[in-house]
Amino acid sequence: MAEVTLIKAINDALATEMARDPSVCVLGEDVGRGGGVFRATEGLLRRFGPDRVIDTPLNEVGIVGMAIGMAMNGLRPVAEIEFSDFIYPAFDQIVSEMAKMRYRSAGQFTAAVVLRAPSGGGIRGGHYHSQSPEAYYIHTAGLVVVMPSTPSDAKGLLASAIRGEDPVIFLEPKALYRTVKGEVPQGEYLVPIGKGRIVRPGDDLTMITWGGMVPVAEKAAAAAAAEGVDVEIIDPRTLWPLDIGMIEASVNRTGRAVVLHEAPRTCGFGAEVAALIQERCFLHMKAPVARVTGFDTPFPYALEKSYLPDPERTLRAIHASMAF
Amino acid sequence: MTDSEILSVLHPDGTVDPLLDPGLPDPEMLSLYRHMVLLRAIDEKAVALQRSGRIGFFVPSTGQEACSIGAGHAVREGDWIFPAYRDHGVGLMRGYPLAALVGQILGNTADATRGRQMPNHWCDRSIRLVSVSSPVATQLPHAVGAAYAAKVRGERVAVLTTFGDGGTSTGDFHAAMNFTGVFRLPVVFFCENNRYAISLPVEHQTATGTLAEKALAYGLPGVRVDGNDVLAVRKVVGDAMERARAGEGGTLIEALTYRLGPHSTSDDPTVYRSEEEVAAWRGKDPIRRFAVFLKGRGLLEDPAAEEAGAKEAVRRAVEAAEGAPPVPLSSLFEDVYSEIPWHLAEQRDSLLSGKG
Repeated sequence: MAEVTLIKAINDALATEMARDPSVCVLGEDVGRGGGVFRATEGLLRRFGPDRVIDTPLNEVGIVGMAIGMAMNGLRPVAEIEFSDFIYPAFDQIVSEMAKMRYRSAGQFTAAVVLRAPSGGGIRGGHYHSQSPEAYYIHTAGLVVVMPSTPSDAKGLLASAIRGEDPVIFLEPKALYRTVKGEVPQGEYLVPIGKGRIVRPGDDLTMITWGGMVPVAEKAAAAAAAEGVDVEIIDPRTLWPLDIGMIEASVNRTGRAVVLHEAPRTCGFGAEVAALIQERCFLHMKAPVARVTGFDTPFPYALEKSYLPDPERTLRAIHASMAF
Repeated sequence: MTDSEILSVLHPDGTVDPLLDPGLPDPEMLSLYRHMVLLRAIDEKAVALQRSGRIGFFVPSTGQEACSIGAGHAVREGDWIFPAYRDHGVGLMRGYPLAALVGQILGNTADATRGRQMPNHWCDRSIRLVSVSSPVATQLPHAVGAAYAAKVRGERVAVLTTFGDGGTSTGDFHAAMNFTGVFRLPVVFFCENNRYAISLPVEHQTATGTLAEKALAYGLPGVRVDGNDVLAVRKVVGDAMERARAGEGGTLIEALTYRLGPHSTSDDPTVYRSEEEVAAWRGKDPIRRFAVFLKGRGLLEDPAAEEAGAKEAVRRAVEAAEGAPPVPLSSLFEDVYSEIPWHLAEQRDSLLSGKG
């Protein structure tokens, strides 16, 4: 197995699935000639041709709406939105069309589109290149929401998303595109949708986190370990439907939980995770569920480092939970 | 553009323009007429059902029958239909059964879509009649995608999408027209300009003199047709669909018509338009106009008998479907995903156990 970056793993998944299934297409702005603004689709145009690697006009409604129609008529489209911050013109197409097609037609029509979008902060991109919108999509009936944090998960989850029968919002932590490397199986490789990953086993406290916050959690856990606190880190990988069984088993054992995410705090996905934990693990809890999150402000440019949760803030939440 | 450029086939005296006559066989012309009459009978019954509280809502198409029936007749096996909520006539003409249509209105187990949507939001996979949405013009980009898939597979099919004058103001219209032009896709955009988007007259919707001319901005042909003339609609849509099937790209068609009734059973059109205006358009009734022609051809003897027959067919369909059981409670949680995930299974079990 080769060590590759997360962005290379995305590219590998697309190429592998396109080679396997001629109905898989990619579409979006700059995905063909440009190879994608982050290079996720590099080389695909040359290999698979313009019918399957489609440079579209600059219009998110058109990209998502077209992908829905392609999916209804037998293709497996993987649409790219250049930044998840640019997705909102297509919000109606995602929420009212793509997510609802199966339900409203009682299964006669489906829109199994995979919508890839780089997400999260950490690249000095300011408000329009840094947001974490996962909660909008988790709140929408009919969508699967996935966010990998390692190259092998990125490859395996994207392949599973492409092969699945449901529409998927596939959020890619852009801060990790080139900063994490890992071994990735060559050829066809699948990671199941809906199954979490234990990033680090531990006995004292369960930390649930995803995307660009996983390395932050790992640093905080290493610092806690030096103080004798053994943190278990769970990356759900598929944010919805959540692997609640894995979280429940862990928290019932540790009795403590911290949820860590970049997105704003209020109605962030951490709020739902906290509610699920208290509904299921109440009698095992030794401390309230804590949240470490972005603030309820627009995503800032100059103060990005203060906005994003870091190992220090995360460690403080671990301390508070342990001391409760 | 001027009114002289509005294509028309049926003359007021019941004769036709021989150069533009689509030349349909007599049984086909009678079928067009009967479907128009049936469509109006459905409207009358559905509005009555709504007024008596047996259904919640309905969107009538009275006055626009020539549009949806004429366009629906131009659709062939293999073609796709992405309709607006007012265009049940397109599906009906294409073969969507009356029983299914009535079942959808009632939203019980006679509804193939399991009561998931309010009336007018039907679909039928077997004839590629795609599920209707309430937000205006969202189906247009879907038509683009379906056409793209057909094109790359080399299929000789066309995609028809229908919408109203208000739809031309949406971003979805712009996106779909632009993508169709850029990718040279077989999409026929059939715009029924019925003069009003709920209360707003078309002059307040756009500053262009016509809707058809918007096509120029996307590199597509735009044509205008008399939307109360079923043969003209059939001719124009048929030609555009054939061009699309032949790989010559998309077309925007503006059909000039008038909604004689309300936007839906939820509004009062007397608030925003005059009795005189409505009366003038009632004089241009598309069904009566076609009947004059058919009588002249000796194809139709008794329009009143045709209308009575259609009403009876609708009455019987409603009677049959009204007795169907309600949709089961458990169906609330089905078809959200391809499989029922844990959280929906929990919510279902909670509801069914009476503890939810």
